[in-house]
Parts: sequence; C-alpha cells; structure tokens
Amino acid sequence: MMFAGITSSSKKGVLTLACLLFTVLFGINIWSLLNSSPDAPQLYFNNMMRVEHYSLWFNTLMTGCTLMYVLLIGKEMGKVGTHVGEYFALIFFIITGVYILSSYNNLLMLFLGIEIMSIPQYILAGSDKKNLKSSEASLKYFLLGAFTTCILLMGITLLYGATRSFNIMEMVSTLHSDSLSPLAVSGIIFIMLALGFKVSAVPMHTWTPDVYDGTPTPFTAYMATVVKAGAFFAFLRLFQVSFNNLSDHWMLVLSIITAATLFVGNITAVFQQSVKRMLAYSSIAQAGFMLFAILAVNAIAWQGMIIYSVAYSLATIGIFAVLVKMKDFTFDGFNGLAKKEPLLAFTTTIFLFSLAGIPLTGGFMAKYYVLLAVVQQGQLMWLVIFALLMAAVSVYYYFRVIIAMYFKPGNPEIISPVTAADKFLLLLNCAILILLGVLPQLFLYKV
Amino acid sequence: MILCLLILIPVVFGLFSFSLADNNNGAKLSALIGSVITFALSGYVCMGSGELTFSQPWIPSLGTQFTLYADGMSSMLCLLTGIVTMVVLIAQMNKTVENPGAFYGLFMLSQAGLMGVFLAHDALVFYIFWELALIPVYFLCSKWGGEKRIQATFKFFIYTFVGSLMMLAALIYLSMQTPGVSSYAWNDIVAAGASLSPDKQIGLFWLIFIAFAVKMPIFPFHTWQPDTYEQSPTPVTIILSALMVKMGLYALLRWLIPVLPAGVAYWSNTVVILSVAGIIYASLIAIVQTDMKRLVAYSSIAHMGLMCAVAFSNNSIGMHGIMVQMFNHGINITGLWLIISMVENRWGTRDMTQLGGMASTAPRMAIMMVIIALANIALPLTNGFVGEFMLFNGLINSTSAMHITFMVVAGLGIILGAIYTLNMVQQTAYGNATTMAVAKDLTMNEYLGLAIIICLILVLGVYPKPLLDMTSMVSGMLVK
Repeated sequence: MMFAGITSSSKKGVLTLACLLFTVLFGINIWSLLNSSPDAPQLYFNNMMRVEHYSLWFNTLMTGCTLMYVLLIGKEMGKVGTHVGEYFALIFFIITGVYILSSYNNLLMLFLGIEIMSIPQYILAGSDKKNLKSSEASLKYFLLGAFTTCILLMGITLLYGATRSFNIMEMVSTLHSDSLSPLAVSGIIFIMLALGFKVSAVPMHTWTPDVYDGTPTPFTAYMATVVKAGAFFAFLRLFQVSFNNLSDHWMLVLSIITAATLFVGNITAVFQQSVKRMLAYSSIAQAGFMLFAILAVNAIAWQGMIIYSVAYSLATIGIFAVLVKMKDFTFDGFNGLAKKEPLLAFTTTIFLFSLAGIPLTGGFMAKYYVLLAVVQQGQLMWLVIFALLMAAVSVYYYFRVIIAMYFKPGNPEIISPVTAADKFLLLLNCAILILLGVLPQLFLYKV
Repeated sequence: MILCLLILIPVVFGLFSFSLADNNNGAKLSALIGSVITFALSGYVCMGSGELTFSQPWIPSLGTQFTLYADGMSSMLCLLTGIVTMVVLIAQMNKTVENPGAFYGLFMLSQAGLMGVFLAHDALVFYIFWELALIPVYFLCSKWGGEKRIQATFKFFIYTFVGSLMMLAALIYLSMQTPGVSSYAWNDIVAAGASLSPDKQIGLFWLIFIAFAVKMPIFPFHTWQPDTYEQSPTPVTIILSALMVKMGLYALLRWLIPVLPAGVAYWSNTVVILSVAGIIYASLIAIVQTDMKRLVAYSSIAHMGLMCAVAFSNNSIGMHGIMVQMFNHGINITGLWLIISMVENRWGTRDMTQLGGMASTAPRMAIMMVIIALANIALPLTNGFVGEFMLFNGLINSTSAMHITFMVVAGLGIILGAIYTLNMVQQTAYGNATTMAVAKDLTMNEYLGLAIIICLILVLGVYPKPLLDMTSMVSGMLVK
C-alpha cells in the first residue's frame, strides 16, 4: 500500500486497492478466528504476543469497522490533500498498532503498539497542510502525545524495577496486593495516566476537542473510533490481566477519573454549537462508559468492551459519514435534512439513538454490558447511578441533532453527492447496529 | 403465539402505513384495519379463560428470555389499548394530516410498544418495550404538535428517560440477586426483591418508583404533563393520557409492589401523601383553567393520584378498584379528548371563555359531552362510579394510621372534580352561541367513535361484572 501512491496516480485506483486490501484483511481475520479455539491462546515472537480468542474477535470487528470506514468515508480523503495513497498506508499502520495492542503480552509490545498507532495519527491530523487549524491540531497532539509516551515509558520502567519482568503474565506472580512496593504503585499510576491520555479520560482530555476539531473530518472519524477502541482494549488487557488482584490500589483513582470523564464530557457537549465539536466531547463522554469495563475487573468486562467498541465505532463512523457531506457543521446546518435527504436523516437518527443508548440499538446493549459488569463487581453502585444520569444528559445533545433534522425548517447544503452505494452502506451500518442491539451474542461467540 | 401477534400486527400495519407515504386514505385505512384486527385479537385474549404465556430464549448468557404473559390485568389493558386506538382512528377518519404515512405508521408503532409493555414478563424485555413505546410518541408530538411542541416534548422525553434509566439500574441490580444464575424472569425478580434486606429495598424503591411516578404522573413529577398534552395533536394526547399513564400504574402493580414489599411498606405513607396532595393541587389548578385541554390534563393528574394512593393502601378491594378504574379512566378520558378535538376543529379554539351554546347548534355532540363528563365525575350508573366507589372503599380500609385523613382529602378532590368538569360543560354547551353559532354536528364516523365510548360508559356502569371478573384474580394476589 505504501507504494501505491507512486505507482498509481489516480485516486480512484488507490481507493479501490485500499478497499480490496481491507477486505482481504477482514477475510484473514475471520479465517483465523474460525481456526482458533477459545481455550488455547497462541504465543508468538518469544512470548511477546499472546493471541487469545477475544483478541481475534476484537481484531476482526475492528477490521470490519475500518472496512466500513474506508468504504463510507474513503472517497472524501481525496479532498483533504493529494497523497491519498499515503493516507491509506498510514491507516494500515494504525490498524497494525491496534492488532498489537489487542494481543500484546509484554510491556514493550504495549509501547510499540501505542507508538505505531499514534505516530500515523500525528501525520494524519496535520494532513491538511494549508489549514492552520490542522497544523495546530497536529502539533498539539504530537507534543502532548510525545510527553505522554515518556510517562508511559517511565511507568513501564518503574514496574520493571518492581517485578523484574516485562511480561504481563509473569508480573502477576510478583505483584501482591498486601505487599506492594511504592515503585509498583507509581508505575501503575503512571501507566494509567498515559493510557488515560490516549483514551481521552479527564483530566488528560484537553487535547481532544481541539485535535478532533482541527483534524480533517475524514480522519477525525477514524481517530475517534477504531483508534480509541484499540487504546481502550490495551488499557483493559493490562489492568485485567496484570493488575486485577491489585484493584484496591487503583480502583479509587480510576473511579474518580471515570466520574470526571462522564461529567466533563457530557456537560461540555451540551454547550457546543458545532456537531463536530459536540462529537468530540461525546467521545469523551463515551470514554467514561468504556472505562467502566476496566473498573469492573471481571469476565463480562471483555464482552462489554468488545460490544461497546463496535457499537460506538460503527455509530460514530456513520455520523461522520453524514457529516463529511454537510457544508455547515453547526446544529443549524442540519435543519431540515429530513426533508431533503430522508435516508441520511433516518440513518443518522439510528446512529444517534445508538450513541444515546436507546434499546434495540447496539449502543443500548453496549451500555448494558458495561453497566452489568460494574454492578456485578458490586462496589460502585454510586458510579452506576451517576453514569445513568449523565446518559440522560447525553440525550439532550444527541437529540438536538434529531430535532434540527426533523422538526426545524431549513435547506442544508450538501457538498458531495449521496450515491446509491452510500445509502446502501449507511443502511447496512444501521442494520448491523440493530442486529447488535437485538442479538449481541452473535458478536461474542465463545468469548 | 397470539400474544406475539398483538405486538406484531400493529408493527406490520404501521410499517405498511409508512410505505404509503403521502397516500392519506391508504395510510389511514391500513392503520384502521390493523387496529381493528388488534382489537379483535385482544378481545379474544380477554374471552379466553386462564393465562397465556409465550416464551422464547433470547440472550441466554444474560438470563433474559423473550417472555410474554397475559393474566387478567394484562389482557384488560391490551383490550383497552385495542379499543382506544380503534376509536381514535375511527374518529380521525375525516381528518387529514401532513405526512400521513409517517403519522399513522408511528401511531401504530406506539400501539405495539404499549402492547409490549403490558405483556412483557421479563424485566429486560419490559424495559425495552417501555423505552420503545416512548420513541414514536416523541416523534408524533414533536412533528405534528402545537407551537411550543419541541420544548414541551423534549422535556417530556428527558423526564421519562431519566426515570427509565434509574429503573434499569435497579433491574440490573435485582437480576444479580436472583437465586442461581442471574435472571430477568418476573418470578425470579420477585424472589430476588423479597430476599433483599429492608434497607436495600428502601433505597431501590425510589430508583424504580421515579420511573413510574414520572409516567403516571404523580405530584411533584408531573410538570411535563400539561404542556405535553396541550402541545400534542389530539390522537397522540389520547395515546398519552388514556394509555401511557396506565403504563406507569400497571408497572407499579406488576414491577414494584410485588417486588419490593418492605420498601413499599416503608414508603407507602409518603407516596400516598404525595398522591393525595397532587389530587388537591391538580384539581385547584384545573378549576382556573380556561383552555379545555389543560383542564382535562390536570383532571387526569387528579384521577391518577387517587389510583396511585390506593395502590399503596394494601387492600384487595382497592386493588380491584384500580384495575376497573384504569379501564374506565382510559375510556372516559378518550371521550373527553375526542370532544375537545371536535370542538377545536369546528370552532377553531379551545378557550372556554369564547365558547358556548353547543347545545343549540350541535345538540348530539352536547349530549355526548354531558354523558362523558358525568362519567368523569363518577356519577352513579356510569362506569366511573363503579371504579371510584371501589377506590374509596380501598382507601378507607387501608392499613395506614392516617387513612381517615387520606379519605377526606381525596374526597374533597371528587367535589372539586365535579366543579371543574361541570363548569366546562356549562361554558361550552350552554349560554349564548357566539363563536359556536355555525352549526356543525357530528359526522358519521365521529358519531360512531363516540357511540362506542358512550355504550361502554353505560354498560359498564350498570353491569360491571365482566370487568370485575376478569381482574379479580390479579387484585387478590397483589395484597399481602
């Protein structure tokens, strides 16, 4: 793919190649999923990678989301700049990072995965070179990201000092809850902060709105979805596998972070005027819910994370696919869309329902699973109730879009034509979300 | 299987209406046929003796099954849903709306949601239908309502959504406490609730009760209601006030009172005080209203307050009275709304100060209105009397120490009810015909719709036995 930009000059050719390659990748993922058994994880590269059944599920679903993303939004990338081939190559790098993060078995691989996933994003954020906002987003993201990487490395180092191991499986045997060294505790907290930055948890979220807003919209769609889900999965994996016995030490900090994330994300989203910026804050708010899976430290948390990642990614990609077609990103820009493009309005409604967690959409099941996980864990009922109140707040800003589309008169400008293929894909996306809401177990087979 | 059909038929006909888009008559006809079939089916369910169950595994890992179940209470409410939807559509036959396909489609979908709520016997299925019933109504109000519809229905949506989410938290918690694997089946939830310590039940009570209190609505959770009723198009107001508020009451009887006995016992006085205060408060406000829709909206708060108060008196006659009154109130209020919408359509206003003289220009309509109004204030020989008599009987026999006070204050509500209802009749039906000078009496379809209502009012007022028999089993089980 990297060389596609050189060999093929037509944007269309590059796009077709990218779609093809993602389809192949999706196929390979499904094939490996079918060939794996839930009880026997496969080890690769001197135990550096440990591919479990749920990692494969996650990879497959995330590749599926990426494929949907490329099909829906890929052709908009040509409008950002001329180097379409490079953009796709960078996206391939990102998905490689996600694969590493879903099955790393060693803290060094965690570091590598995070970097492979992040560095292409810094470039993509600044890909609209003539736009000041885009450059600002890139620089901001890069500086803060690099700083966070240092914190992550610091945490890993401290943890190595305490356990003499990088292997997340072996670490468990040397970390005991009642005799935990300060070295290990600070290591855990450092790693938590660094990963919290990647998933934009409050108070490490400040980059999110500016970066999401400044980044060209087609790339924001990817950054806010699959990338975020990948970082979350890495977060979950580390805390579930290595630190689950130590939950006394980090539970309180993380639950406060979760509450703050939910609060800031939802409340700030209410005051936004631009749908794109609202989605940035809503992604912080959704991160609050995904943090629940990490807090829960039990088996349902895996299922919750997978379902949540898919539901959230598909819905957000869908909304962005509609957003890139709009000229005006404010709420008023959506006025009267239902009259002009009923299908776009209908599918957006389903996506927003899913994000808000209305039953029969994937979003409901996702929220349900993570809440279930936390209720089962039993100590954090206050957080559950708080989160539900915040979910009600989220209805406010999601429904503003619906109100604008259906109940307000207007004539929104659509800058790129809505083709039959777009309509089909959006409907397909809706159908998958509803399937996820009705039969979630199909997506969790033997997890 | 027949229970599934009760939900599926409205969905199918609703989707068919959707597909007809701009064909007003087609969409209307499709909805009407669907509602007649649903009505027939619900009638069949009520005729059949005994209980019906339908169960299908759904998400085994979560312990939830798609279970539908109809006992006397459920089938009675399904019948009410069937009747009301059909009557509304009959009375609506000579009207035109914008985007008829979407209107009638959503209308039927809301019916399906309601049926689901009344039939669900699994907590998660119940929750899902509870939410789903709301969505079509939200769109109906926001799209076809009055001037301030968007704010009003948005408020309504947020209120109810907050309530339902709290309920979801409580239901998840309860399902965790079920013996063995977590389960959402009604029996297991009841067992789980009873096994909890009183302290926990006292806390959980509010998580669940708020959802139902918002829906009914109980003072002080009622503030969404008058605005929403006023702003909604009348067919939707009827769905809201005749059927959706019954969702709250039904859910109270099915999913709260049996589930958390200790919590209910602990809070029953508080809730009764709120309800009774709500009766007086709403009645007093109703007296000073000049808008007919707002008047009936407040009168509905008063009626629901009485039913809710009795629901917490732990008394079998009272419970029986609630079942009967749920049905009767649904019928009566549908009649009132229909009359109001006819007035508004004919004379262009709902302001009672501008109306008058209907008896001379539209006598048939005036007679209908008087009968329905009398039923609304529970005059003997109307259906309202039977229900209210039993309700007061229940309230006075309540186990609470303050039952006499409750009884007296709630009784005041009846008197106030007579004042505002008769005042409305007087101002619209009698006096000089100014605005109402142009005579336009009932059309055939309106006549038919109201006739069904009047028949039910009179028949059930004189011979309420079928209704009583249908629900006697259930009311007995609700009392400890």
